[in-house]
Amino acid sequence: MDNQYIDHAIILAGILFCLGLVGVMVRRNLLFMMISIEVMLNASALAFIAAGSAWNQAEGQIMFLAVITLGAAEVAVGLGLTLLLFRHHNSVDVDQLNKLRG
Amino acid sequence: MIWAYLYNIVFYASCGVTVVATLLMISRHNAVHALLYLIVSSLSLAIIFYLLGAAFAAALEVIVYAGAVMILFVFVVMMLNQGQRSAALEAAWLPARGWIMPSILASILLALLLLGMNSEHPLQPYGVHGVAVKDVGIALFGPYVLVVELASFLLLSGLIGAFHIARKMPSHMDQNTLDEAGNG
Amino acid sequence: MHQLWLIPGLPLVGFFLLVLGHGRFTRSLARLIGVGSIAIAALITLWVALDFYSPGAAQTYQVELWPWLTAGELEVSFGLYLDGLSLSMLFVVTGVGSLIHWYASGYMWQDPDYQRFFAYMNLFVAAMLMLVLADNLVLLFLGWEGVGVCSFLLIGFWYQDPANGYAARKAFIVTRVGDTAFAIGLFLLYRELGTLDLPSIMVLAPEKFVVGANQPTLIATLLLAGAVGKSAQLPLHIWLPDAMAGPTPVSALIHAATMVTAGVYLIARTHGVFLQAPDVLLAVAFIGLFTLLISGFTALNQTDIKRVLAYSTMSQIGYMFFALGVGAWSESIFHLMTHALFKALLFMTAGSIILALHHEQDIRLMGGLRRQLPVPFWCFVIGSACLVALPPTSGFFSKEAILNASWQLPVYGPWFWAGGVLGAFITAIYSFRLLFLVFFGAEKVQPHEPKGWQFHPPLIILATLSLVAGWFVLPTGDVLPSSPAGHPPMWTIVVAIGLPLLGIGIAYQVYVRHKWQGLRLAHWQRLRQFWFQGFGFDGLYRRLFLTPFTSLAQVNRNDIIDGLPTLLIQLSRFLHRLFSQLQNGQLRAYIATLASAAIIILALAISTVGK
Repeated sequence: MDNQYIDHAIILAGILFCLGLVGVMVRRNLLFMMISIEVMLNASALAFIAAGSAWNQAEGQIMFLAVITLGAAEVAVGLGLTLLLFRHHNSVDVDQLNKLRG
Repeated sequence: MIWAYLYNIVFYASCGVTVVATLLMISRHNAVHALLYLIVSSLSLAIIFYLLGAAFAAALEVIVYAGAVMILFVFVVMMLNQGQRSAALEAAWLPARGWIMPSILASILLALLLLGMNSEHPLQPYGVHGVAVKDVGIALFGPYVLVVELASFLLLSGLIGAFHIARKMPSHMDQNTLDEAGNG
Repeated sequence: MHQLWLIPGLPLVGFFLLVLGHGRFTRSLARLIGVGSIAIAALITLWVALDFYSPGAAQTYQVELWPWLTAGELEVSFGLYLDGLSLSMLFVVTGVGSLIHWYASGYMWQDPDYQRFFAYMNLFVAAMLMLVLADNLVLLFLGWEGVGVCSFLLIGFWYQDPANGYAARKAFIVTRVGDTAFAIGLFLLYRELGTLDLPSIMVLAPEKFVVGANQPTLIATLLLAGAVGKSAQLPLHIWLPDAMAGPTPVSALIHAATMVTAGVYLIARTHGVFLQAPDVLLAVAFIGLFTLLISGFTALNQTDIKRVLAYSTMSQIGYMFFALGVGAWSESIFHLMTHALFKALLFMTAGSIILALHHEQDIRLMGGLRRQLPVPFWCFVIGSACLVALPPTSGFFSKEAILNASWQLPVYGPWFWAGGVLGAFITAIYSFRLLFLVFFGAEKVQPHEPKGWQFHPPLIILATLSLVAGWFVLPTGDVLPSSPAGHPPMWTIVVAIGLPLLGIGIAYQVYVRHKWQGLRLAHWQRLRQFWFQGFGFDGLYRRLFLTPFTSLAQVNRNDIIDGLPTLLIQLSRFLHRLFSQLQNGQLRAYIATLASAAIIILALAISTVGK
């Protein structure tokens, strides 16, 4: 396999990460922010996989497993919080959650 | 040779699909549409994983993301009852000028990332060989057994946390808990 | 003499009993404790005096009760010292003190704060005895401040009236000026002599100081300032007339008989230092003379019976200072003793009159009281006769001795003598003016004479003592330097006796027979006003010290100095507002911040890798 694919996969990871970041910053709906975070996690997972392939090492995939586990736990807790928020405020607008302002 | 072209076509097509699907996903007003694009994005990413020689990762990507995580999202969307009204609300929440600053920020970040990858220290060319599942398994339960333990703890705590947070409380406790949360 | 410690100890115990049992004792019990402790102390004083006078007894007695302060080379003990001088003062304080307490137990009977009154009075007596018996200047200073505090507490005893509180603060602050100088004098004395033990100072001062040198002059000046403040002499005399706001027994005990004479005692006690500073001694004489004259003139047209007596007290203490200054040390202490007797008598008589007239103190509203109040009348006559120094009374002996001694002084002698005689003349006029206005003339009011065993017996005892005290011999001869020997010419004595009689005659003509009305001060409004206000010292001090100070305080009201700390506060508040903008509660803003930080860090990383 050619190393250009690795390069391009890394570049793709960067693009995906930035897109996810834009999503997190732009959306006010907590649900969309969670989805965007998933994209960012995916991007980092892709970077690990590509790096692992580049060095021909298993560690890349192990880190991928760690990332995917993290993503699963994060989604579970985050969605739970989203539900709770919706029950109390009847809204999922993060801009309303500003009680901690200084 | 054609195999190599095929590889090229599949790889770059998947890349393109991923980027476009993600773009569409973050700009949707309807949550279910966004989720569908997320599935597309995940699936195409799984193909890239596979092409990079990580077949096991590709399978996990499909199972975990396009499967488990997506089911969670779908359940939540159903419970939040996001209908036409909320789609209109989303549209109102997303004015065009709201996109400017984040896009600039992200573009700068991307530029920096690309710059970092193509500076005087590019990634060393190295043959890409598939890493067998067996190797992954051996490494995972060999030197990286701690990661497995960490992952299991993480999942367990995620499970308990999600159960605790999302459980339906008796109505008279709701307000108290909310107040505590607000004051805390 | 081993019972000596009981003398200050008993009043102190009485004070603690009365304070700790505040509000729980009955009036009779409070009276028993308050008067009894002083009376027993007086009896012990008699016992000690018998020891002292017994043949073969030591002429000084020093006992260290316990060490008090030990700091480096400074060692101050809680020690008592008895010699002829302190024994004389003990007689005055316990003797007059117990009579006044006796009288006060009746005078204050109606007061709701009976117990508090006696607690303060006992504390005062304890502090005064400590002052008198101290064997070192630090302990003396403790007693000195103690009597100052008690004076403050008792002037403001009826604190519900703000005027009384004002008078109390005035007394406290004015004497504080002198006390500060006194304390600095103590420091200097310790630096020069290395000790504050009184007997040691008496020995060391003549050895280490050169007569007229700077150190003894400075130290003596500072000690004199302390004495002047406490004894209400020029220029720190302004507090005493206002101090009459306190109950009359307080005026009798503290502001006539004992505390105000503490300055005289201090100078006599430290005469070893003063003898090395002849200039200061001369200043003492001048201060005494001026105070004597100025307060005499002021007393001439006061309308408040207690203020007349207050100015006469200042005037008589002026005589004592005058005597100290001209070298008549023993005579000064002798006059202190006789003055304590007859001034306490005058004040207590005035108290009886005030009580009989339902707290009326204006002499213009009194008159013709001699028939209704015979006992106070005769007591007042005896007291005034002593004050004027008519021949057979005690005042005659003490004042005559002082005038004789002043005549002997080189250079200034006759002038001092003339001033003293002029003072005696004025004293005669104002004291008999008071007597005539109160007891003669038309009857203007119907008095209710207070009767009982608390009122007349103390007055009669004091009156008897005032008459006969001239034949007492105080045991101060061994302690104090002897006065100049020699006899002045005969005509001086005749003049000194004649002038007061002339003064009485003038007062009789003007105030009883209403002749020579041109002499009445009412015709000279300006002068009268000036004298009435005590030569304008209050106004002068107000303009010199009070007004600048209050205007300074006005200027600093906005806390100029506080501006700097306030600036710091405002800076930190500004920064706080700035940084709290970051904590705006908007999750997306946080994320944007995070992204910006990531960009910066990444940019830095790339730029360094590139090099």
